[in-house]
Amino acid sequence: MLEEFFLILRGASWTVSITLLSLAIGLLFGFPIMLLRSSRILPLRVLAITVIALIRAIPPIVWIFIVFFGLGTGVINISPFAAALAGLGVIAAANMAEIYRGGLISIQRGQWEAAKALNLKPIWTWRDIILPQMLRVALPASATYAIGLLKDSAIASTIGVTDIAFQGARLTQETFEGLRIFAMVGLIYILLSLPIAWLSRKADFVLRAKVAR
Amino acid sequence: MSRLFDGFSWQDLVAWLPDLFAGFLISCQVAALSLMIGIPIGLICALGVQSLRLPIRAPLLIFVEIGRGAPAIVLLQFIYFGLPHSGLALTPYISAIAALTWSTAAYTSEIIRAGLDSVPAGQKEAVLALGLNRRDGLYYVLLPQGMRVSTPALLGFSILVFQSTSLCFTITLPELISRAYGIGSTTFLYFPALAVAGLFYVAVCLPASFLVSYLEHRSSAETSH
Repeated sequence: MLEEFFLILRGASWTVSITLLSLAIGLLFGFPIMLLRSSRILPLRVLAITVIALIRAIPPIVWIFIVFFGLGTGVINISPFAAALAGLGVIAAANMAEIYRGGLISIQRGQWEAAKALNLKPIWTWRDIILPQMLRVALPASATYAIGLLKDSAIASTIGVTDIAFQGARLTQETFEGLRIFAMVGLIYILLSLPIAWLSRKADFVLRAKVAR
Repeated sequence: MSRLFDGFSWQDLVAWLPDLFAGFLISCQVAALSLMIGIPIGLICALGVQSLRLPIRAPLLIFVEIGRGAPAIVLLQFIYFGLPHSGLALTPYISAIAALTWSTAAYTSEIIRAGLDSVPAGQKEAVLALGLNRRDGLYYVLLPQGMRVSTPALLGFSILVFQSTSLCFTITLPELISRAYGIGSTTFLYFPALAVAGLFYVAVCLPASFLVSYLEHRSSAETSH
């Protein structure tokens, strides 16, 4: 039984790297999308709203299939791992843009006005005033999203990434012990999500302590 | 870009549509049934996990935590590939509904619990002061207010359930994505077939998500004054 557990666990490195890398893509590209979404120029805002809504309207598995089978047959040669990253990364960027925006709109007007009154350059306004407050508000939602992404990464098993879900499905076909194997698979996903939840609570606590009066 | 559509003509699309539409209907059925069975179970779980009796609380908590903690695709495979080894073989259709019902019940129990928690304590005290019994208090006072708060989140989650029917591809349910993939593998027109399937999702989820954000906006505007 322990042997099976470690066989499944071999997939963990794929699961973790897909989760972290697609989250990184989301954290990075979510920011400019959020800026577009909050732009004062209407056409840019409408464009961002449409793109975000369109990305989120299509299920992750469809994005991954479009990249892997759609682009992969004929246009570019792409590995299952890269296709999963691209598919989940696109969705993560759209979702992170909305999470960032939630943080941005929670900042009161007075903060912007104070920055202006102090004659701060935009870069300092963002770095010292807006971003710290925005990220603090966005953190819990980002952590929840990261846990969601961890579970969505299981979809990569459908295109042959040998992650936890893949190892579990393969082992089930070999051993005919589906009940036990899938229970272990579920347990491993839950265990993997615990450090994210713990880190988020810890970070939230530290950030809250900083602003508590 | 044009290479993505190499060999694709509009006649192909016309030929595919009946097949894709049949798959779309299966996706809709699975989503609707999972929600119709899952949300009431979610309500029971939301009330049950607050029970003071451990024999009621513990199994419900395990049910909810596995349903939320394990990926939906693992739940699907567990029920379709895992259960037969212990003597319970279900069709893909039933397995899909069972797995998505499980996931729905687990997530909606948290949504409903948050809604019930948002009912001010004074309401609960008023229930006691009026001498209403637990069931009446829940039915006439707490649930109507709690469910009102939960509704936008429940609708938002319903969109996700509809989207997660696409995972049933992995247990050979002939839903939308299975059919698009099938068309792709026989014609090698993967991109157009998957793109059309994606448009089906867009046609449902895009208006639905705008409706949900409108409702969220309205309900937050209501509570803010």
